[in-house]
Amino acid sequence: MDLSAINPVLLIASLMVAATPLLLAAIGELVVEKSGVLNLGVEGMMIIGAIAGFAITVESGSPFLGFIASAIAGALLSLLFVLLTQYAQANQVASGLALTLFGLGLSALLGQGYVGVKPPQMGKLDLPVLSDLPVVGPILFSHDPILYFAIALTAGVWAVLKYTRAGLILRAVGENHEAAHALGYKVLKIRIMAIMFGGACAGMGGAYISLIRVPQWTEGMTAGIGWIALALVVFASWKPWRALLGAYLFGGVTVVQLNLQAAGVAIPVEYLAMSPYLITILVLVILSADKSSAPASLGKNFHASR
Amino acid sequence: MIRLEKRPQPSQAWSLATPLVAVLATMIFGGLLFAILGKPPVEAIRTIFWEPLFGEFSFYYRPQLLVKGAPLVLIAIGLSLGFRAGVWNIGAEGQYIMGAIFGAGAGLAFYPMEAVYIFPIMVIAGAFGGWIWAMIPAVLRTRFGTNEILVSLMLVYVAEQFLASVSLGLLKNPEGFGFPGSRNLQSYPSAFNAELIEGSGMHWGVVAAFIAVIFAYVLLRKHMLGFHIRLTGEAPRAAKFAGVNPTRLVLFCLGTSGALAGLAGMFEVSGPAGQISIDFNVGYGFTAIIVAFLGRLHPVGIMLAGGLMALTYIGGEIAQSNLGLPAAAIQVFQGMLLFFLLALDLLTNFRIALRKPEAV
Repeated sequence: MDLSAINPVLLIASLMVAATPLLLAAIGELVVEKSGVLNLGVEGMMIIGAIAGFAITVESGSPFLGFIASAIAGALLSLLFVLLTQYAQANQVASGLALTLFGLGLSALLGQGYVGVKPPQMGKLDLPVLSDLPVVGPILFSHDPILYFAIALTAGVWAVLKYTRAGLILRAVGENHEAAHALGYKVLKIRIMAIMFGGACAGMGGAYISLIRVPQWTEGMTAGIGWIALALVVFASWKPWRALLGAYLFGGVTVVQLNLQAAGVAIPVEYLAMSPYLITILVLVILSADKSSAPASLGKNFHASR
Repeated sequence: MIRLEKRPQPSQAWSLATPLVAVLATMIFGGLLFAILGKPPVEAIRTIFWEPLFGEFSFYYRPQLLVKGAPLVLIAIGLSLGFRAGVWNIGAEGQYIMGAIFGAGAGLAFYPMEAVYIFPIMVIAGAFGGWIWAMIPAVLRTRFGTNEILVSLMLVYVAEQFLASVSLGLLKNPEGFGFPGSRNLQSYPSAFNAELIEGSGMHWGVVAAFIAVIFAYVLLRKHMLGFHIRLTGEAPRAAKFAGVNPTRLVLFCLGTSGALAGLAGMFEVSGPAGQISIDFNVGYGFTAIIVAFLGRLHPVGIMLAGGLMALTYIGGEIAQSNLGLPAAAIQVFQGMLLFFLLALDLLTNFRIALRKPEAV
């Protein structure tokens, strides 16, 4: 065992990379849940985004186009969820599960020709002086653009929810859809937009895994990250900045356990690989005492006829 | 303009018809999907649904129907109890794995002794393994109010890692030349879950599945507990006033579904699969969710749905070898079925009406 081989600066830098897909998916789901909808299909939308982004990047040679395609793919899949829950009034838990099962199958089907292909890489930020700074450089100034985008998105969502009229309406719909409807807000329209936003974010999170973090395509490669993102929203008590904190915490756990595996710690690899999931459960237990911050209409369907 | 009117009572006729309509719609859209993949659609659908039952090699495939259907039905029966009461156990895959590990572990502990009581001990150990794994989300929900959906799902990934760990370590075959995986239980008579009638596919797991169907039917129809389960799902407020104990209900629903999933895993590992290996689980725990919904959460319905799902598995394998249909296409096909089912449920609860011109 050689713990000195672990470089703390590189550890933090790679922690940020590991956290980004989680953060993207969690921020998207946070907005969805704020509007009062529980979409358990995050895992399915992520994996569809992962293969769509990967395929378009390989075909076009442009990771940027790939990311745009992944957002579109995620949003398109989320439209199926819209159809089921918002129009057909189906149970949201079951519909979310259906989305995940369908997404996993469809992605495996689409991805057949892409196993073992290497995607073109996305350029990294390279500022003349700043990126070369000893400790701060690798941590703050030499990542890929999507990582910064995820942080900017967190700030954006926070600002919109807190300071704008649109954010207030979104929260109103999530807290009490009957009242919002009575006030003349289009509950259905607002929720559909929120669900599609969540789908786009999850799709990009998936593409981040297949294009930057791994970068490769394998079947079922999201390996529960979508579900951890769902747990993260609970962890964050539906607050964007806490989602960022949570994502970095979980990213940290993942990276540390990978580093420990590489360093040859006496704990078997399988037990280390379990740790992110076990820690998710632990955190859920600790935080589940406080349910007060959950949107009041979460998971309830709305039909104007009532 | 089309408008939805809520029915005062869910329609009985549509409730029975939607699974059939959903299967038909899936066949049509699945055919389209196969056509896009460049496979003959009618031929593919026929291969999946007809070939295993009445084709040239049906004598081989028909027993497989029981072998593949039994774990699906066993797991889905357990899940349906919880789904009816609003208890969402979606980690059956993990409970299935743990049941297999516990069951196989108990059997291998006696190796190479031969005795009649070894198999019953394995059955109990398997059920216990699944039960204890499901008790984790159950206790966390009743004690701390933790979301059982997320916890039970996280435990699937933990169970998968544990499976890898035991097949490389604890349960590894000492005579296996260093390959991962346990001893083959098929060559250990006391632990082998053999076919009860040669060539029928009927093993103890199939018997257990039929018993579970009957047990669930009686429970839901004739027993107070079953009534409480239905009441909690359909009218939570009424259940509260009727004095239903939610803690006991959650523990019962998760515990039963865990034990049944564990049993399914144990029967699989000691019979058709034969050994604990890294890739032992094939997603029965997730497919069972589709089975439960397709069967309308009703025991008899689940039995039929389990058979149909087993058919798509077997037919899918035939289509894979005969037509070169990718394995993932079947997964998409099964996902599609759940979609259509959920969407068509609309017709059970709502009536589609044309909007009359509104009087001013």
